[in-house]
Amino acid sequence: MRKILIVGATSAIAEAAARIFAERGDALYLVARNEERLAAVAADLSVRGSPRVGCDVLDANDLAGHESMLARAEVFLGGCDVALIAHGTLSDQKACEASVELTLQEINTNALSAVALLTRIANILERRRSGTIAVISSVAGDRGRGSNYVYGSAKALVTAFLSGLRQRLGKSGVNVVTIKPGFVDTPMTAAFAKGPLWASPERVASGIARAIDRQYGTVYLPAFWRPIMLIIRAIPESVFLRLSL
Amino acid sequence: MASRVVSSWGNVIHAPHALYDLRARDDRFPQVAAPSKVLPFGNGRSYGDSCLNVGGALLQTRALDRFIAFDRDTGVLACEAGVLLADILRLVVPQGWFLAAVPGTCYVTVGGAIANDVHGKNHHRAGTFGGHIRRLELLRSNDERLVCSPTENPQWFAATVGGLGLTGVITWAELQLRPIPGPHVSVETIRFANLDEFFALAGEAESSAEYTVAWIDCLGRGKHLGRGLLQLAEHVPGGAAGPGGAADSGVAAGPVAAPGKMSIPLPLPLSLVNALSLRIFNTLYYRRQLAARKRITQNFQQFFFPLDGIAHWNRLYGPRGFYQYQCVVPTPTAPDATAKLLETIARSGLGSFLAVLKRFGSVSSPGMLSFPREGVTLALDFPNKGARVERLFESLDQIVGAAGGTLYPAKDGRMPGALFRSGYPRWQEFSQYIDPACSSSFWRRVLEQA
Repeated sequence: MRKILIVGATSAIAEAAARIFAERGDALYLVARNEERLAAVAADLSVRGSPRVGCDVLDANDLAGHESMLARAEVFLGGCDVALIAHGTLSDQKACEASVELTLQEINTNALSAVALLTRIANILERRRSGTIAVISSVAGDRGRGSNYVYGSAKALVTAFLSGLRQRLGKSGVNVVTIKPGFVDTPMTAAFAKGPLWASPERVASGIARAIDRQYGTVYLPAFWRPIMLIIRAIPESVFLRLSL
Repeated sequence: MASRVVSSWGNVIHAPHALYDLRARDDRFPQVAAPSKVLPFGNGRSYGDSCLNVGGALLQTRALDRFIAFDRDTGVLACEAGVLLADILRLVVPQGWFLAAVPGTCYVTVGGAIANDVHGKNHHRAGTFGGHIRRLELLRSNDERLVCSPTENPQWFAATVGGLGLTGVITWAELQLRPIPGPHVSVETIRFANLDEFFALAGEAESSAEYTVAWIDCLGRGKHLGRGLLQLAEHVPGGAAGPGGAADSGVAAGPVAAPGKMSIPLPLPLSLVNALSLRIFNTLYYRRQLAARKRITQNFQQFFFPLDGIAHWNRLYGPRGFYQYQCVVPTPTAPDATAKLLETIARSGLGSFLAVLKRFGSVSSPGMLSFPREGVTLALDFPNKGARVERLFESLDQIVGAAGGTLYPAKDGRMPGALFRSGYPRWQEFSQYIDPACSSSFWRRVLEQA
């Protein structure tokens, strides 16, 4: 039985991952904004086999609430083997372009709140010299695109932060996993037309579980995104400017 | 809200629908601009147009896939309506429980199984799926939530079980499961040479076995008319799972296989189902067993859900799709009517791989529009060959109608309105419970048509 903290536990990807953990018999501490939805997810995970499921209602942007939440998680779980950070919002790029406030709010939600959480969690696990930190970043963070650069730049910050954190914590035996999903068919993307590049949350979740088990560093999910993003990163800026991506 | 082309399992109709989702059981009923109507949509395994709403909207429920509670002492399971029967079995079989009735595929939602009041091979013992629903919640378009059971809002319960999604959307349900000694079933297969032999065997089979079903060679004529294989099955101890935790007996492991070990990966440009492939399949299937009687032990999926092992098997029928014709005729007229149906089908040469024959027992169905009733049910797939197959269906309709029988809405995409209304005499009473925001292609068709 592992002890797992999940922030953003009602997101489709996190919920699918939590089901895998629950079926393995892991204890779970779930953090999300919506109390009713969180309770429904928690009940489901209990039925699926988790021996202990705790709930904490918190908006990840409430940075002042992080410390006490982490303390409650620590008490409930009696430690922490895995912390999965999965909260986020898919920014409305057009609306962001017209609003400084909205742009900064998206950066807060998708990057700064994660940075704040990670700073605290990293110190806890570093002291204990064990554990895994897994964070859902995005392929969108690999290169800013005209259609999605607010979200993309927030994820780029998270990716770079995790890269450094991995180097630092590796010395203490703490593994850091950067998860880069491509297009995932979740409520967050319900309004999009779906093509062959879309993956289900279940497929992404099983990749997350595997990456945590095998102590990978960075994973693209599904794996075909790795060569795609290699090409996208390699396109010279002069050519990239003329593409509509 | 998005719009996408949706088809049902038979692949005959491909039509754009506006799509709405329920993501949590406390979500409100979506506001769909009148006059457009909406139909709850589960996993799309209905064959014809009963799960479609061409020109309107669908309310997708698959995201309602959470369990709510499971009492492993009493076998009472509460879950959201979009949970698949496959998910339930994966959870409960290792703990020694099973659904009280299962249809021929486990890839249907709980909501869909209730709304079609599905049945299984144990109908003669257990009745329909709806008979094992303790409670359900019905969300109406005015956001009213009705908890319904045989004793609480009983009229709403009777309208919603078998109600084809027209009374509102089911958000959750509480099911009574049944205990099993393990994941395996013992299956005895008996060959019979014609329909008379089937009827002679069926009574004895039903009194001795929990599950019975027969497969018929739909090309057999004359003295071979109605020849086939009768299967009798029981849950048996053994296998890794089950409360007894007995040692594995060496049969296929794992309680529920991953969906589709084999798959038809892409839509095919033509149908592989034709006169030649049919004759080869039917003859080989009938001859696969030399002994008159044979008993084997199988994992439950192999017995209950053989076609689930081939993902997208419906694509075998090519781009024009296929129909399933499933009728029931009352016991007194059954031997005669069944013989006539099989003769007519054999003469047409249009039948298909899996002709299934089963006797329904006398357990009454809970829904106003439930299909199962005492008698004999015959189900058969037909490639969509346009007018040719429709002419055959019309002759079959005549036999079914004259025998006092009817067709199964979950499988239907073409029955005449009159045949529906005569077969479902409570349809007017049912109409009072239809949600003003709900409709379906099927419902409009059977009410408007002659």
